[in-house]
This record gives sequence, C-alpha cells and structure tokens, in this order.
Amino acid sequence: MKIRETASVISQECLCDGIYSMVIATKAAESAQAGQFVMIYPGSAARLLPRPISICEISPGAVRIVYRIAGAGTEEMSHLRAGDPVEILGPNGNGFFAAVREDIRPDTKALLLGGGIGIPPMLELAKSLECDVAIAAGYRSADEMFLTRELLAAGRLYVATDDGSAGTRGTVMDAVRENGIDADIIFACGPRPMLVAVKSYAAKKGISAYLSMEERMACGIGACLGCVCASAGIDDHSKVKNKRVCADGPVFPASEVEL
Amino acid sequence: MDMSVNIAGVRLKNPVMTASGTFGSGMEYSEFVDLNKLGAVVTKGVSLEPWPGNPTPRVAETYGGMLNAIGLQNPGIDTFIERDLKFLSGFDTKVIVNVCGKTVSEYLGVVERLADTDADMLEINVSCPNVKEGAIAFGQDPKALADITEQIKKKARQPVIMKLSPNVTDIALMAKVCEDSGADAVSLINTITGMKIDVRTRKFVLANRTGGLSGPAIKPVAVRMVYQAASAVSIPVIGMGGITCAEDALEFIMAGASAVAVGAANFTDPYVTEKVIDGIGEYMKSNGIKDIKEITGCVS
Ligand SMILES: Cc1cc2nc3c(=O)[nH]c(=O)nc-3n(C[C@H](O)[C@H](O)[C@H](O)COP(=O)(O)OP(=O)(O)OC[C@H]3O[C@@H](n4cnc5c(N)ncnc54)[C@H](O)[C@@H]3O)c2cc1C
Ligand SMILES: Cc1cc2nc3c(=O)[nH]c(=O)nc-3n(C[C@H](O)[C@H](O)[C@H](O)COP(=O)(O)O)c2cc1C
Ligand code: FES
Repeated sequence: MKIRETASVISQECLCDGIYSMVIATKAAESAQAGQFVMIYPGSAARLLPRPISICEISPGAVRIVYRIAGAGTEEMSHLRAGDPVEILGPNGNGFFAAVREDIRPDTKALLLGGGIGIPPMLELAKSLECDVAIAAGYRSADEMFLTRELLAAGRLYVATDDGSAGTRGTVMDAVRENGIDADIIFACGPRPMLVAVKSYAAKKGISAYLSMEERMACGIGACLGCVCASAGIDDHSKVKNKRVCADGPVFPASEVEL
Repeated sequence: MDMSVNIAGVRLKNPVMTASGTFGSGMEYSEFVDLNKLGAVVTKGVSLEPWPGNPTPRVAETYGGMLNAIGLQNPGIDTFIERDLKFLSGFDTKVIVNVCGKTVSEYLGVVERLADTDADMLEINVSCPNVKEGAIAFGQDPKALADITEQIKKKARQPVIMKLSPNVTDIALMAKVCEDSGADAVSLINTITGMKIDVRTRKFVLANRTGGLSGPAIKPVAVRMVYQAASAVSIPVIGMGGITCAEDALEFIMAGASAVAVGAANFTDPYVTEKVIDGIGEYMKSNGIKDIKEITGCVS
C-alpha cells in the first residue's frame, strides 16, 4: 500500500561530488521492494512536482535513497539534515520482483547492470536475490565511485568507467564482454543508450532482461499519463501502446518496451 | 450549513470537483481520497476511439506551475464506459465526463454513447491546446463554438458544460456564445499555452514544443476570466486554474463561480481536494455563512 506522509530524515551524507545518500524513516518501508521508487516533495511552493527517486536500500522502518544533484529540487533535498521533516509518497511502481516472469532458483545466474545514477536500485536487488549475483556498475571515473563497498558485499562486482580510471574502460556492456560474464537473467537501470545496448545484447544471447525505465512524472501514481513509454503490446490502461512508467513500471521486460 | 450547489439541475453535495485529466477516473486517487466526499469527479477527456497521445517528455515543471502536453491519451469510449464509469458508479458523487474529438461528429459519437449511461453531466473539451485537430480549434472561433454547442445540445441526454480556453481575446464573448447556443454551464479555464526551453541543450523541454500551463502561476488570470465570464452570462460558471487551498477556491466563488475544480494541485498533494472542501466549511462556519450560495459572485 502506498503511504503519503511527513517522514523524517535519519541521515544525509555526501558520497562523492554531487552524489548524496539520505536515509528516511517512513512507513513506506513496510511494503517496499527492490526496484520501486518514492516521490519526494520539494519544500518550496514554487516547485509543484514530486521527484521520483529509486529505493536503494530497505531496512525496518526506513528507506535509503542515493541521488545526484540534477537541478533545484535535488539541490534542495541535499540540504535536509537528520531530524528534518520530508514529504514522501511511496512505495511506487512494480519493482523488479513483480516484473519477473520466470522462477529465480538458487543456481540462477543473475546479472545486475547499473549505469551512473541507475546504480542505486541495484543494491537492494542484489541483497534480495537468493541466487548467483554478478553486478556491473558503470561510473564516470574513479573519483566518482559510490556504493562500491556495499555492492561488493552483495555480489561479484565488476566496474567500468568512462575514462578507464578504474575497471574496464567504457560502459557496463564493455565490462560484461571483457570479463565474459554469463547470465540467465539480466536486470538493468541506467541511461537510455545503455538500456538500448542491454536490450539488444540480451535479445542476441536469448537472455531474458528487465529494464528499469525513467520518464518525467507529475502524479507518480498512474493518473495523469505524463510518464508513458512506448510499449510493444497494447497497454491495459489506455488500450494504445503506451505504458505508464510510474504505475505499470518502472521495471519492464526488455521485449515489452520500444527504446 | 449548506455547501450544496445546483448546476443545471444536478445537485452537488459541495462545490468542489476534480479538474479533468489530473485525476484520471479517480481509481488511483481513491487510495488517498474518499471519492464520496467530492462534489463531483470530472474524468479525463475521452474520445470515440483510443488515442495514443503525444511523445514524451509530456510534462515540465515551471516556476509555480507546470506545462503538460499529454495529447489526450485515453482508451476510447467503450473501455471508458465498461471500466471507468462502472468504477465510479460505486461512489456517492456526481460524475462529469470530459469529452474530446477531432471532428464534430466524433464529439457527437461520444455524446451519444454516453446517453444511456449514468454519467451525470458532460463537459465538452473545446480547449485542449495539445492536439493538432479539433479541441481548441472549436474553442477559439465563436462561430465554430456556437455550432458545436448547438449540435451537442441536440444529441445530449445530460446537461452540457462547455469548457473554455483562456487562449482567446474576449472570454466573455465565448461564454455568451455558449449560453446563446444552449449550453447549460461553462467551465474555465483550461490551460494557457506555454513553452519551456532547456538553455543547456538548446532544445524544447516538451516533445510537443508547446504545452498547457496550469498550477498556482495561472490563478490570477483564471480568477479574472471567471469574473468576466460570470458577469456576462446567467448560466452557472465552474471555475478552475491554480487552486491549491480553500482560500483559492473561495476567490473563484466570490468571482462568480458556482463550483470549482482542483487540477495540478492533486500532484503536489493527493489529499488536496478533501482539504479544500474542509477549508471552505471552516470559512463558512467562522464567517457565519449558512449557505455557500450567499457568497457566490459577492466580490465588490
Ligand atoms: C523511476 C525513477 C527513479 C529515479 N531514481 C533516481 C535515483 O535513484 N537517483 C537519482 O539521482 N535520480 C533518480 N531519478 C531521476 C530524478 O527523478 C531526477 O534527477 C530529479 O527529479 C531531478 O529533479 P531536480 O529538481 O533536481 O531537477 P530539475 O531538472 O530542476 O527538475 C525539473 C523537473 O524535471 C523532472 N526531472 C528532471 N530530470 C529528471 C529525470 N532524469 N527523470 C525524471 N524526471 C526528471 C523533475 O522531477 C522535475 O519535475 C529517477 C527517476 C525516475 C523516473
Ligand atoms: C496533466 C493534465 C491533463 C489535463 N487533461 C485535460 C483533459 O483531458 N481535458 C480537459 O478539459 N482539461 C485537461 N486539463 C486541464 C485541467 O482540467 C484544468 O483546466 C487546468 O489544468 C487548470 O487547472 P489547474 O491549474 O488547477 O491545474 C489537464 C491538465 C493537466 C495538468
Ligand atoms: S506520473 Fe502520472 S501517470 Fe505516471
């Protein structure tokens, strides 16, 4: 069930330049799943729309988010301190497990791909999967690496950086190829070009893949139709080929979205 | 204390409704809001066939407001009647169906399909700025507006509300045209056409380039237009545009609106409609107002 409440900040920490981690005490944690997101409402009345941010970690009574300062709303968010109130709605969307169509067995090889600010949701997923977990995380450079310690603890971690200053030079897909990581199932979150590459790689290899999509949102609960993505099949809501990222997603089987 | 209002023979338990397109058909918001408390639910624009809407990005935030260019994505009237109207029939609230089309005959087709349903009223959207054909074209030309109003009135079994565009020179004229053509009420304002540019990428923020501005930023324009329309006609006026609280709603009522609708504010606070209703009640109590109609159009 979705909760809309005035939650309270437990901690706020800068992980590296422009990347912040915030832990929020909220009832939304009770039913939260990996791959779902929360809506954070800006304090300023000039900013009407809530900001969608993925859930990075779930603990009893609290969720952790990790976010990049991308504009005024996330900048404002980064000034919140322990004890501050924060308006929150969540958990929103389906999450990874609700999207998966096949069984995940203990011997299943899961490959988790996170690019940039698409890395955070992979942490809770890695922790919740009870199977073989390999993670490839793509960063800009060695001094902009975050969550690597936690990811290392949750699975085999491979790193890629745009400038080659750590791990494989290039993208997460370059890291997958360089390290010959094989997989039965792929989960990915990251910039669109990365998702395009993941989709075509998975199709070629015949691996089922699940992509977490991003789109501009207004309501965040499926009512305004602001956040749709083109889908292969007719969607249930509008009987066209447009699924709502906030309500039908954000996680979709790769074969069901047109990128 | 009487908060009820009467719009063209339909009694609403209070003057607060949802603005079309911001509340779906109430399914999603019913997780937060008790729909039974609302004066009416106004549903998202519905056309004869399913419409896919515009490419994304479809929404953009602006200072104190937002732009949208959804492009009237909707499942078409058949699914709407089977699913959405059926859902809403389970609640003790009035249902106002927002109707859109590309041609007069498409509007008429939807209106006819609704004739034997339990929709309480029809709101005819001749003011959506985000679709290329139909919609706003009817709302910006007095002759076309008169024609479509008359034709719809001939076919409609329910009272007809014409939803007006603010993107016109003389809103009083447009309201009068609707009244003279038989409309039972007018509602305004739809969104104001706007644009946002990303100076970093030098690109339009919305895929549609232009979008409709709504939210607190448009409220003074909306209040002025509601005042002008209400002064020009004797049919009921439904006011909207930037309402976020009871005080905003009261401004519209004092400007002459018989009822009000809350739109973009639902995105900022899913509970906002109930808060507006409660706030109007508190205002009435503390000011000794027995009947909300005492203050309709009372501004001086
Ligand atoms: C499902 C989902 C999960 C996300 N998870 C994360 C996360 O874990 N960490 C993180 O750092 N970011 C995440 N994002 C992106 C994040 O929502 C945006 O960076 C943020 O909204 C920017 O707000 P702003 O006010 O700082 O930027 P501004 O550019 O000032 O925002 C203006 C408007 O555009 C919207 N917007 C801007 N960029 C984006 C974007 N990339 N995606 C969607 N809306 C955007 C804002 O919400 C706001 O309505 C996620 C987005 C989605 C859709
Ligand atoms: C996302 C969105 C979708 C809308 N869709 C419709 C629609 O389908 N039909 C319609 O007549 N008006 C539509 N509108 C306009 C609103 O009903 C309302 O007239 C306008 O937004 C002004 O009110 P507000 O400032 O309270 O949002 C839409 C507005 C928004 C923000
Ligand atoms: S953000 Fe409104 S439907 Fe997804």
